[in-house]
Amino acid sequence: MLANLHPDLFLALPEIFLALAAMALLMVGVYQKEEARGGILLAAVLAIVVTLLLVPYRMGDGATAFGGLYISDGFSAFLKILVLLGTALTLVMAHAYNEREGFARFEYPILILFAAVGMLMMLSANDLLSLYMGLELQSLSLYVVASIRRDSLRATEAGLKYFVLGALASGMLLYGASMIYGFTGTTNFDSLAAQLIDMNGSPPPIGIVVGIVFLLAGLAFKVSAVPFHMWTPDVYEGAPTPVTAFLSVAPKIAAIGLLLRVLMGPFEALIVQWQQIIIVVSIASMVLGALAAINQTNIKRLMAYSAIGHIGYAFVGLAAGSEAGIRGVLVYMAIYLFMNVGTFCCILCMRRKGRMTEEIADLAGIGKTNPVIALAMAIFMFSMAGIPPLAGFFGKLYVFLAAIDAELYALAIIGVLTSVVGAYYYLRIVRVMYFEEAEDGLDRAVGREVLFILGSTAAVTLLFFAYPGPLLDVAAVAASALFAG
Amino acid sequence: MLTIGLGHYLTVAAILFTLGIFGIFLNRKNVIVILMSIELMLLAVNINLVAFSMHLQDMVGQIFTMFVLTVAAAEAAVGLAIIVVYVRNRGSIAVEDVNLMKG
Repeated sequence: MLANLHPDLFLALPEIFLALAAMALLMVGVYQKEEARGGILLAAVLAIVVTLLLVPYRMGDGATAFGGLYISDGFSAFLKILVLLGTALTLVMAHAYNEREGFARFEYPILILFAAVGMLMMLSANDLLSLYMGLELQSLSLYVVASIRRDSLRATEAGLKYFVLGALASGMLLYGASMIYGFTGTTNFDSLAAQLIDMNGSPPPIGIVVGIVFLLAGLAFKVSAVPFHMWTPDVYEGAPTPVTAFLSVAPKIAAIGLLLRVLMGPFEALIVQWQQIIIVVSIASMVLGALAAINQTNIKRLMAYSAIGHIGYAFVGLAAGSEAGIRGVLVYMAIYLFMNVGTFCCILCMRRKGRMTEEIADLAGIGKTNPVIALAMAIFMFSMAGIPPLAGFFGKLYVFLAAIDAELYALAIIGVLTSVVGAYYYLRIVRVMYFEEAEDGLDRAVGREVLFILGSTAAVTLLFFAYPGPLLDVAAVAASALFAG
Repeated sequence: MLTIGLGHYLTVAAILFTLGIFGIFLNRKNVIVILMSIELMLLAVNINLVAFSMHLQDMVGQIFTMFVLTVAAAEAAVGLAIIVVYVRNRGSIAVEDVNLMKG
């Protein structure tokens, strides 16, 4: 019955539901007494879980809605599930921390929900206009979330830097969008693709190339790829740890998905033009991620450089521009999600006498004093370094294989070399944990939710090799959906 | 008699956009100026969009402009709010003082 009412609304049901849930929770939060607000985080997680179930239920096969602004296909569904999973896990992680550190404001889960709506919109964008609106909804929520600890100088400074550089990125993206619109006369991805294929390989007007460069610059900012990575270490360090955990997974996955959709959809015909940019950005990100992380003493800063490096590896698959490459990127992002959420769980556990610590030196000797956390951290570090048979190895394997298939040998070789360099700083953490003298160790009380997430993400990372089939199959279906459209 | 065409509008927009970018990076004194520079960039894009829209005789550009204007207002609100909490903590709006963490 509902389907007859309005097919467009029905196709976009996950987004509509999540947006309505967020607004309803906002009303509840405003009109409720202070003590009763604890349930809002729980309700937010519940809303995300329902949306998570709605996404596969409402998955279309390339059906568009709202006059071509919105598209629903296997590709968007796959990434939406990853984004929602990351959002739910980081929200649950944040619960105990927020209570303890005394900033359990009810706005926090609601802002995260709005950011999630924005990310879903980004993944379903089929027009430059809906791309921009989704991106801004996500970004504006994230600026506020980053500075939600308004009494902390570091957090507000992080928020300010994030805002200024993020707004700059949005401006560049918008300028690119206006150039593309001006030189093609359309903002719809389908008609853009049709027009660019019609040119039959003749060089495109310079305006379109300028537009793509600006658009890419804006999106590279959002995924923190070199040379647009400057904000990442500061924001990661300054923002509260659960916020950093959220920032490091969900928005990254959404922005990568958007990049894949834009480059492989409307601009697939211009692969010669954008491939070189992606290769350069990929190499620069991998090299910087590997080298700059070596001297870090703060673990959140280290994770920021590690994230920059991981984006570089994901770009290797994008540079290949093939279906295998896209599948590699999707698998990589899925594995990255679990590794990163797990690592941030470990960082959340880094408390000494009730105070958070973020220095790598504070991990000294926890192999003896806190064996569970140390073991989990070691698994994630080995996995991020790409050591078989852990999940991180397979993520890298598929993108490098795709690059070799596309005859990008130099890119694959540089990728392998930088991951060897990167292994140095990941393994340094393991060495600090197991082979340095213990101080008094970290606090024992960890909290059930955090332990649960820690255990499940560690299990996924550790046992992925035994049962990789489902993820690989689903990612292959998602990648083929992108090419079918 | 000089007629003002698409090229002129694009030039003005490009100049304004560049001014906005330089305003963000060269300004050392005041965080509020950064906010104004961001606004300048977005308005430059709006000039672009409207000029293209008139040139192509296509409404999409003007609709896009409406959305950009709305988002720009929201962005300014969020930006000002962040600046206010920052200033309360730091006690200064000088860009040089935004240096607690070295990125």
